[in-house]
Amino acid sequence: MDPKTSRRSFLSLALGVPVAGAALAACGSSGPSSSAAGGASGGGGGGGNSATFWFLSGQPQQAVREDTVKRFNASGGGTITATEFQNDAYKTKIKTALGAGQGPTIIWGWGGGGLAEDVKAGQVIALDDWFAANPDQKTRRFPSSFGAATVNGKIYALPAETVTPIIFYYNKKVFDKVGAQPPKSWADIMTLVEKFNSAGVAPFSLGGQSRWTNMMWLEFLLDRIGGPGVFQKVFEGKKDAWSDPAVKDMLTKVQDLVKANGFIKGFSSITADSNADLAVFYTGKAAMMVHGAWTYGTMKQSGGDLVSGGHLGYMNFPPVDPATDKGDPTDTVGNPGQYYSISSKATKQQQDVAKKFFSTTVLDDTEIQKWVATGAVPLVQGSDKYFGSGPDADWLKFNYDIASKAKVFAQSWDQALSPTQAETLLDNIAKLFQLSITPDQWIANMNGAIGS
Amino acid sequence: MTALAPPVVKGSTTTGGGGAVKGATVTWMALPALIMFTIFGVIPLLGVLLLSFTSWNGIGAINFNGINSWRTVLSDPALPHALWITFKIMIFTWVIQTPASILIGVFMAGHQRYREFLATLFFIPLLLSSAAIAVAYKALLDPNFGLGAGLHLAFLTQDWLGNGTLAFWVVMFIVSWQFIPFHSLIYQGAVRQIPTSMYEAAMLDGAGRVRTFWSITLPQLRYVMVTSSTLMIVGSLTFFDVIFVLTAGGPADATRNLALDMYIRGFQGNQMGLASAIATILVVIGLALALFLRRIGGSGSQLEGA
Repeated sequence: MDPKTSRRSFLSLALGVPVAGAALAACGSSGPSSSAAGGASGGGGGGGNSATFWFLSGQPQQAVREDTVKRFNASGGGTITATEFQNDAYKTKIKTALGAGQGPTIIWGWGGGGLAEDVKAGQVIALDDWFAANPDQKTRRFPSSFGAATVNGKIYALPAETVTPIIFYYNKKVFDKVGAQPPKSWADIMTLVEKFNSAGVAPFSLGGQSRWTNMMWLEFLLDRIGGPGVFQKVFEGKKDAWSDPAVKDMLTKVQDLVKANGFIKGFSSITADSNADLAVFYTGKAAMMVHGAWTYGTMKQSGGDLVSGGHLGYMNFPPVDPATDKGDPTDTVGNPGQYYSISSKATKQQQDVAKKFFSTTVLDDTEIQKWVATGAVPLVQGSDKYFGSGPDADWLKFNYDIASKAKVFAQSWDQALSPTQAETLLDNIAKLFQLSITPDQWIANMNGAIGS
Repeated sequence: MTALAPPVVKGSTTTGGGGAVKGATVTWMALPALIMFTIFGVIPLLGVLLLSFTSWNGIGAINFNGINSWRTVLSDPALPHALWITFKIMIFTWVIQTPASILIGVFMAGHQRYREFLATLFFIPLLLSSAAIAVAYKALLDPNFGLGAGLHLAFLTQDWLGNGTLAFWVVMFIVSWQFIPFHSLIYQGAVRQIPTSMYEAAMLDGAGRVRTFWSITLPQLRYVMVTSSTLMIVGSLTFFDVIFVLTAGGPADATRNLALDMYIRGFQGNQMGLASAIATILVVIGLALALFLRRIGGSGSQLEGA
């Protein structure tokens, strides 16, 4: 062989390596690591009395979940091995693991569109028989928690843990200083925006880079203006469902709010996972915030005397225009619960262990009390009897009332829709808040994504 | 940045005798790399190509749908936008980093004490992980708790990452800050290889510092420039980590390049078919650019006079 040719071919080969290597590295850094998923032990093998359960890490919720599993294992009903994952990593990992048949016995999830995909792929089993055998398990939970667990009329997940509605928070100290009252309508909100801006305080805190934070505004506005039916049509995949006039009204109102500097400067680079949006609010740089009930714990811990001094005001999102609103002012949105489903790939014994876990330990009195201690409301009827008279009692009672009295408890849009449609939604919401698309373009883009 | 590969080791074999023997040795030595490359490079690449002709949500069945994914990707206005961002990043990466790296590299090539001291300082950004850099900058540029707000400096209190145009330039700045040291190092080594006799001859002819830089240093750095440019340009195609942590492609889609677009569609939107089509486009562009750069670099691969 001519050495020159062989050298050249070697060199061009070597030159190709960085390129393909780079492409591969990009996949590697962004993709899930299958070795870790495989190493975390699968649901396919094993058997016996040992089931697996994957869930999210992060305190204080992690400790409650761990404790429940530990108590079940100690009860002798079987063994459950728990593996914990950080939020974003979990979403990718569970998908890869299920696709590879390496998923856990009990799948921790958010219900809605993600669950529907699992059902379509035949990954989870229906729990109707189990509920029929354990009717009290159904009646003791909030009825609003079952919507997101139901796919095509069958229940595929056990509603568990806590209910977390989205709350309208305001800082009473800042309100007193400026001499403002909590808003009772959209017009009030726009007046407050002006008032706070001229007082040098940002009206609303918002972690805009996370995108779903912006979405909470749209969820409330659309429900108040047009009622729950509008989004229901989108959820059902009806053609041009976003063309309802209420949608355009909602989008225009949000852009008006952005244009009036309703949100803190730089909101589109603030992320919610770093809690920077909470910090803006509890340090008094912003007067109001629309955010999940789960933020209460963080504000209590890091917010100085905001919570302990009684300066944290909270209420349900106000009506937009009480005269013309089609939605009920008691309606709320958020996470009606967490959802545990059972893998169809697990062995019969593993499934039985999981079912036993569901009927004996999940949301038993001990777990209910532990959730209440974290400042959250378990989705169980009558859990208010554990609220006591501690410093969080009012807050817990408020949440319990919202969750149990809401005419409609709508699931967050991004959880309700399929992940594909949710991504398009979040993408367009970000552009809407950035004012880079008009409401009409938004509607056209979203109508195009229906059914995907 | 994961895209950094060691610079291609070039032809020390050309100078020695017995080329046939050495050539054979080199081919044999390539074998382990070749095997790894096939398993972890070529085969996944073929998999991606295959997936680009399917629709797959990551968990369900993989359905072949012909060229549907390609049609969707190519007709989506998001693709030209992502391509435009990618090329803008590529061009400005090169335009900003190359002159700066050459100047710093030439400066660091001097053997004076203070220069060696400064060279160590310049090197620091390279020691930090991209994610750490992005997190640190994100905190520094925070509109409410960052440097500007903390020091009450008006010119630092910009909406750095919330304004599309600014966010793009912030990304460019950070990437340059991160990688200029690496390329300076390459140039430093190259400048030190230029024989001093050339400078001495030029000095005798009365050439000043600027003249020797343009007439000797720069031409002598030609091939190193090709190497460094290849790394820069091909690397810039797949910038992901810094942008993902810093802006997640935002605000809206102002910094969403092809690599991010691929990730978001594939792993957040559950559309593996579309993501694979974008990945294939990335690979094709990367290969084409690498080949093109090799072409303009000429087939010769030695430092003149070295």
